[in-house]
Amino acid sequence: MVEIKQNLIVVGSRPARVDAVDKVIGRASYATDVRLPGMLVGRVLRSPYAHARILSIDTGRAEKLPGVYGVVTAADLPPLEGDDAVGEKAFRDRELASDKVLYVGHPIAAVAARTPEIAQEALDLIRVEYDVLTPVVDVLAAMKADAPILHHDMRTRSLAGTGEKPTNVAAHFEQVKGDPGQGFAEADVIVDREFRNPMVHQCYLEPHSSTAVWSDNGGLTLYVTTQGTFSVRSHVVRLLRLSMSQVKVVPMEVGGAFGGKNSSYVDGVAAMLARKARRPVKVTMSRPETFMATGPNSGSVLRVKMGATRDGHLTAAEATLIYEAGAYPGSPVGSGSHVMFAPYQIPNGRLEGYDVVVNKPVVSSYRAPGATQACFVAEQVINELAGTLGFDPIEFRLLNSVKEGSETVDGTVHRHIGAIEVLQAAKASPHYTTPLEGPNRGRGVGHAFWGNWGACSSVTMTVNSDGTVSMVMGSVDITGTRTSIAMQAAETLGLPLDRVKCTMGDTDSIGYSDTSGGSRTTVATGHAAVKAAHDVIDKMRERAAQIWEVDVQAVVFDAGIFHVPDDLDKTLSFQALAELLPRTGNVVIGVGNVDVADWGSCFGTHIADVEVDPETGKVTLLRYTVVQDVGKAIHPMQVEGQLQGGATQGIGWALYEGYEFDAAGQMLNPTLLDYKIPTALDVPDIETILVEVPYPHHPFGARGVGENPIMPPPAAIAEAIYQAVGARVCDLPITPARILETLGII
Amino acid sequence: MTHKQIVTATINGELTEFLCEPHQSLLSCLRDVLSLTGAKEGCNDGNCGACSVILDGRLVNSCLVLGVEIEGREVTTVEGLAGWQALTPLQEAFVAYDALQCGYCTPGMLMAAKSLLDRHPNPTDGEIRAWLAGNLCRCTGYDKIIRAVRAVVPGTAVAPKTAEAPETADVLQTVLETASVDQVKEA
Repeated sequence: MVEIKQNLIVVGSRPARVDAVDKVIGRASYATDVRLPGMLVGRVLRSPYAHARILSIDTGRAEKLPGVYGVVTAADLPPLEGDDAVGEKAFRDRELASDKVLYVGHPIAAVAARTPEIAQEALDLIRVEYDVLTPVVDVLAAMKADAPILHHDMRTRSLAGTGEKPTNVAAHFEQVKGDPGQGFAEADVIVDREFRNPMVHQCYLEPHSSTAVWSDNGGLTLYVTTQGTFSVRSHVVRLLRLSMSQVKVVPMEVGGAFGGKNSSYVDGVAAMLARKARRPVKVTMSRPETFMATGPNSGSVLRVKMGATRDGHLTAAEATLIYEAGAYPGSPVGSGSHVMFAPYQIPNGRLEGYDVVVNKPVVSSYRAPGATQACFVAEQVINELAGTLGFDPIEFRLLNSVKEGSETVDGTVHRHIGAIEVLQAAKASPHYTTPLEGPNRGRGVGHAFWGNWGACSSVTMTVNSDGTVSMVMGSVDITGTRTSIAMQAAETLGLPLDRVKCTMGDTDSIGYSDTSGGSRTTVATGHAAVKAAHDVIDKMRERAAQIWEVDVQAVVFDAGIFHVPDDLDKTLSFQALAELLPRTGNVVIGVGNVDVADWGSCFGTHIADVEVDPETGKVTLLRYTVVQDVGKAIHPMQVEGQLQGGATQGIGWALYEGYEFDAAGQMLNPTLLDYKIPTALDVPDIETILVEVPYPHHPFGARGVGENPIMPPPAAIAEAIYQAVGARVCDLPITPARILETLGII
Repeated sequence: MTHKQIVTATINGELTEFLCEPHQSLLSCLRDVLSLTGAKEGCNDGNCGACSVILDGRLVNSCLVLGVEIEGREVTTVEGLAGWQALTPLQEAFVAYDALQCGYCTPGMLMAAKSLLDRHPNPTDGEIRAWLAGNLCRCTGYDKIIRAVRAVVPGTAVAPKTAEAPETADVLQTVLETASVDQVKEA
């Protein structure tokens, strides 16, 4: 436990973000803006089939086309070797398929050419012979015994061991707490429902792009759009069998990510092409490629059963979660089961999860991975129980809420949480205390727990001789963290924010840092910045002691001043001492690298008011409020932005978004016309209430904030629709057609 | 093989001559020929608005306009709004209200908002939301963008001035690199 700093000056203020001016004048430089001398265009040939064996790939004609500088396939990868040849083959087949394609869009080959037109012509000249197989695109069909098998070497992993037959069920788990049968026997009301949701995409506006260039001595530099430069480095090192020091990954501005840029899609191919062409190569995905060949969130089927007594106490909860992993295993089903009942004290419970491969894109993380659909189903059932028992939905949640030390169904013990405070703030909010009036209108509530993350971050901090500070962080700034990290450093150093500059470092210039995901960066990289600032202060105290010829213990740092108490001659401001550094042993460099093991989880409650047109089923959002425990808002305006943006993505899940596939596994809506995300017309102003229950292991009490707000909107909106017109829709998105079907109108 | 066309147009207040393929979009001409990379490609099919520019006073998706179509016409991109020293009130409001996160939609959003304010200096919230509905933002939930636009209403502080043409040296450099046409400066 650390002492949380009080009387803050910089932390908690609302300065302009440091990257804002570049972004409003069009000068911010993104991966797609990279232009290098002699740069070529890289394009990827992708499978038109969801499931097929590759019989042959003939690149001969493409290679001979004038203006083509290189063609690569899986055959250009280093030979497979080692103990884990099966795992390595799967890893490499995701990059470039060698013998089988598993979804429409699966990469097979790539070309580097002088122009996009030549590159496209070259792709058209590549001949691939396929043996087309029957695909399986429905997750329940994929689990059947006679389903087409994607990976013949796959066996189900479970606590009972590894299965014996080839299967599409990659993993199965079951967790039990107490006696669920007894718990349901004690219940006066039981709600048991099944829900479905389709795959949804992060829809970052900037598609993936990577530019690779090799030096003559074998060094590779990549200019990328990513949440984690070191993740890209690991990926390329593994794929091409390079040493880590051979690869420099340079982070550009990131045009949206939301979890989808934790994975690497075109970096390896760009590197392979650039090596073969001996020229820089840029590979940029189109929007349809981004939909079809990156990592959406799992589609899923969930069954939830919960019981409560007449006096409003939950007695038991059960859930079965079946998540699509896409073409390779690894869905976030564990994350979904971890969070879905976590806000409540439930004495008896059972959670069962399945990770299932299907002939669809390989899922990746999307803002609270796997949690939004789990929250949707659990909270719908909570709302239904509250309504059936005649409780106010927030009162019902308060009655059952977890508290300090509560243990969840999956055995997690809550520590230092703000669940009650958030629910109370929601109940007392201007929104909730204002009655909603008018026909066909309804109000709903959703509530969510998200665990967040800590992990590794590195920061270095150089004190310049004019008293400014140049700091480099290994985290990629995807949400304004250059500002929020610099604020924490400035606060610690007693400097105004404009004296501290924070830059994203490339992988050669800063130590290892985990990806900017899990709502961790402001918290964990903030830890690293504070540690580096303390290192700077200690080194400057030593320098002052050397200059003053006193013991270092005598030198005190307070509010930006180094001094020896009771000796007025021995006082130097940060800047005055900085000016002396070069001539007394060179400038001071502080280092902060941490692996944060203690971080705060967070709770959020959302309130939605809707009006439903009973003839057309159209839903209009009238009012929306997000209440969330943020620990300490380092930059309150940016925190509000996270809550508003996260909620709006959740609104997209609720009302609009979803992949549609035909039976052959072809995505039917891979454009931003046919895959609709919320526009400015679809959402109201989003009110935010920041509840600050400080997390005691962070220097300023901060908690991760970015992911939680995507989780509650579908449940809150579904309940509001039910309250408005009596339609309880259990499948996402809640389209007008689904509402009218539920009402029996169509 | 097609032949490149010479196009002459006024871009951000400067008479500019460039070469492009007959099928090349205005977005590609701005970004790949003229190095005006402020306009962004998000979808290349007119559905995201990240490439929005103003063509003869009208808001367009530059991915849906051909480069050859701008012959003799005027184009304003985000780079034409302001230079380093002087942000327009609209840009200042975007900074002050934190109306951006990743910033990828911002150039298009600014051009759309400018286009609205040029026509309707005193729009209602509904009009702002309706006008900006063609510009997708995935980060902010629009709230702070709407507030920023609202902040430069009413009336007086609206019209963003036509700033000095930025990037002249960069444009010239690109033109020299493509080695076929000259940059012509308006008399």
